Amino acid sequence: MKILVCVKQVPDTNEVKIDPVKGTLIREGVPSILNPDDANALEAALAIKDNDPNVKVSVLTMGPPQATEMLRECLSMGADDAYLLSDRAFGGADTWSTSNTLAAGIRKIGDLDIIFAGRQAIDGDTAQVGPQTAQRLNIPVVTYVQNVELAGDKVIVQRQMEDGYELIEVKTPCLLTAVKELNEPRYMSIYNIVDACSKEITVWGHEDIKLSPENCGLKASPTQVFRSFTPPTKGKGEMLTGTTAEVSKSLISKLKGLHVI
Amino acid sequence: MAVKVIVEKCKGCSICVNSCPFSAIEMENKIAVIGDACTGCGVCVDECPFDAIEKIEEAVKKDLSAYKGVWVFAEQREGKLMPVVIELLGEAKKLATEIGTDVSAVLCGDKVDDLTQELFAYGADKVYFADHPELKNYRTDAYTKVIQEAINQYKPEIILLGATHIGRDLGPCLAVRCDTGLTADCTKLEIDPEDKKIRQTRPAFGGNLMATIICPNHRPQMSTVRPGVMDKAEYVAGREGVAIRLDVSFGDDEIRTKIIKIVKQAGELASLTDAEFIVSGGMGLGNQEGFELLKKLADKLGGTIGSSRACVDSGWIDHSYQVGQTGTTVKPKIYFACGISGAIQHLAGMQSSDYIIAINKNENAPIFEVADYGIVGDLYEVIPAILEAL
Amino acid sequence: MIFNEQHELIRKLARDFAKKELTSDVLDKIEETDVFPEEILNKMGKAGFFGIKIPKELGGAGSDHRGYVAVMEEIARESAVASLYVSSPNSLGGGPLLLSGTDEQLKKYLKPVVTGEKILAFALTEPGAGSDASGMTTTAVEDGDYYVLNGRKTFITMAPLADYAVVYAKTDMCRGAKGITAFIVDMKSEGVSCGKSEHKMGLIGCATSDIILENVRVPKEDMLGELNQGFTNAMKTLDVGRIGVAAQSIGVAQAALDEAIKYAKDRKQFGRRIADFQGISFMIAEMATKLQAAKHLVYDAAYKKDTNQNATVAASMAKFYASEVCNEICAKAVQIHGGYGYMKEYRVERLYRDCRVFTIYEGTSQVQQMVISGQLLK
Repeated sequence: MKILVCVKQVPDTNEVKIDPVKGTLIREGVPSILNPDDANALEAALAIKDNDPNVKVSVLTMGPPQATEMLRECLSMGADDAYLLSDRAFGGADTWSTSNTLAAGIRKIGDLDIIFAGRQAIDGDTAQVGPQTAQRLNIPVVTYVQNVELAGDKVIVQRQMEDGYELIEVKTPCLLTAVKELNEPRYMSIYNIVDACSKEITVWGHEDIKLSPENCGLKASPTQVFRSFTPPTKGKGEMLTGTTAEVSKSLISKLKGLHVI
Repeated sequence: MAVKVIVEKCKGCSICVNSCPFSAIEMENKIAVIGDACTGCGVCVDECPFDAIEKIEEAVKKDLSAYKGVWVFAEQREGKLMPVVIELLGEAKKLATEIGTDVSAVLCGDKVDDLTQELFAYGADKVYFADHPELKNYRTDAYTKVIQEAINQYKPEIILLGATHIGRDLGPCLAVRCDTGLTADCTKLEIDPEDKKIRQTRPAFGGNLMATIICPNHRPQMSTVRPGVMDKAEYVAGREGVAIRLDVSFGDDEIRTKIIKIVKQAGELASLTDAEFIVSGGMGLGNQEGFELLKKLADKLGGTIGSSRACVDSGWIDHSYQVGQTGTTVKPKIYFACGISGAIQHLAGMQSSDYIIAINKNENAPIFEVADYGIVGDLYEVIPAILEAL
Repeated sequence: MIFNEQHELIRKLARDFAKKELTSDVLDKIEETDVFPEEILNKMGKAGFFGIKIPKELGGAGSDHRGYVAVMEEIARESAVASLYVSSPNSLGGGPLLLSGTDEQLKKYLKPVVTGEKILAFALTEPGAGSDASGMTTTAVEDGDYYVLNGRKTFITMAPLADYAVVYAKTDMCRGAKGITAFIVDMKSEGVSCGKSEHKMGLIGCATSDIILENVRVPKEDMLGELNQGFTNAMKTLDVGRIGVAAQSIGVAQAALDEAIKYAKDRKQFGRRIADFQGISFMIAEMATKLQAAKHLVYDAAYKKDTNQNATVAASMAKFYASEVCNEICAKAVQIHGGYGYMKEYRVERLYRDCRVFTIYEGTSQVQQMVISGQLLK
């Protein structure tokens, strides 16, 4: 059985800070990490491998050359091999473009039974690349997966809903996107780290995956960023005055106006 | 973008047929023919060993003007519309008015005719509806197929979906199938007054950054919209509209997932770190029973209670509720600090909450320094009044 | 560069592990109960922390001293006592076996220690023989296929938890250091008992006690190394041990510095942050500088070990300086916290107690100075 896990290296958004004077994002010094949902996806694949040593787990990412650091982490958790799609032409991709590139890479790797991906990446929070990649590969997709059980050439998964879950049966090959409830990702181990550092990571550019530059990156992206800005910073707080009933009403209407309740 | 076969060069080798991810190419008389399912992804162009398929770009650019109207995906579960649909209809109306077009809803389900009336009442001018037993519950393949066909036939310029667990599954699939862009989890939508295109604003980087996204050259322009953000449409009883039935048929194995069962679970008590609303109490409560009042407010908001260290030390509440340096660090949407003076050790654990509301008798309490809204008063009077106002 | 990609990944693993597992709740409970959770030890074993620099053939992870230092430093940064559990199998526990064990012994004793199934204690110190180990009075007398051991070892880390102990005993009373032999003693053998657990100032959560040996019969195949070669084995083991304590020291010192900086920025007095007073800011500058110097000594010693250079002096310098500086930094961190620093709710209180032993165990600062000066003045 062959499993592929799609992963992304992301800035740790918990560490991102706003420059209080300029109001811009400070990205310097923010560590790059394996996207948290992708770690759950990888854990799901590795758990299958734990039970069956014949399972081969590969990881795939699209990103700059330094994404190899994250791929080594995946190998250090127990993945067998790693692929990096890296090319200047891939830059600036939206989800349309990203899924097109990933799908091309996956076709080249070929012959997979299950593809796992994280539900969404914490830098973009779109949750689109997983299902879009499945569409391009023309394989069934289940998103928000919180439990996976193998059953022959089928997989039985729990798809998380807002108020419970659906138990879904899907035939392989298929693509599943993982939520954090799926499992607790394992740590790397020093045993695997020592091996991981001597493994070769496969790097492919657009020609390797037979994709013309017009079909990837910014050029192929239907959506464009018109502008980006930091949300208005908190001014000095407002003291509400009046009778108890007045301040309570005014508080609630302000909160409703802000769409937080 | 689209692709075209150069008939003179095609040798009928079928490599493109096998390489097409959308099964959009067929061989007719040993010549490749591109079908409707083509998304212009270009895989075949690169695969063809004879350069017999070429991309036709700007020349046959989609005729954007053919796309008209604002659509709302009328997500239903168990025959009931999701609340976000009503919010989307409210927003769609505003957008449609600015563009000068109409609002439609697209509805899939099994025996959901009644819902068409409800959608009209909430402002839909047209309802495209697909009624079929296979559409009773949402499944990616079934809904994607039906709605994609409707989009291809009726060509809306904008489609809004709720950013629910269903909308965020369906949206991405439709966008790829229709070869267009999709902006996720939008919190603000506007129409560019010049070119009447939509501007979609959404948080990124964990909310540290806002981005406004456009989709200039592809149609429809698609957004999933965060529930609870847009204003609800007004219900006008008896409002009428046009219902248009969509043809539905499914081939064998076309729907590749099977729902074995649907399980409902009551929402478990939110933990401090996951809670969107935290109502926290300090020594100003005066006694342990004070937390019961806080719990009422927390329950009403769907959140949880929290505490300062002093209350934990006094044995009023368990340590697991403690917020602050030696307790838990929290970042809810709203943090109510009730009777908490605001020692630095407490502030360290909660000051990155989206909104902080402080209620304290002492107007000089340091907590007011970090509060978005401050109320000077007795929490035993203020909280019941807030409960009433909610 | 001293550290390569492998070391950086190991450091990241240890940092992630420590931050996630060694939370303040867990650490408070350890402090309260004096028991270290077995669940965390199992996870440490899985991550490979117990055999960091032990070769893969012997069941270890196959990294090196720099990998070991990275783990010790990052674990100690969250919890000094947790780092003791890492150092034991890697250094004092596994060390003697690695140096002198036969294939049989390595298989039987080292493998289970590396996986965390068994604990092995290092029993050298005696009530009357601390820095002067050669003055020990525990004896081992040959009797057929056995040696019969009698004596008392003291302050033995993890003795009450241990399955085995490497015990050093005199096999020739006339030859001083050259009459000492090492034995692997099964702690369940007849005649072996532990004294009461000591009440320590710090490093709570790792039982330490005496080991009492009364006519303990040890089979000859459990003699470790050659007859009368035990002292060399012990000293070489301590050589590595020193790097471990040095790494603990920089980890704890880093934690103290982090806490001091955070507090100095938060705490306001006289209407401004105390960090804005030069009395505080200069203290922090000095702490940071000394810590950086200590780190380089520790990394240098590990690098020398990994590249097969003579590391004895480097290890002693690292242990001496890092442990002394750690004590200084922790004391200053408490000072910066003022009255709060004296309270158990604040981390610096524990750091201050935990680090006190660093200048004492595995060779006092004075012994390290003897080693260093001895090399310089010979």
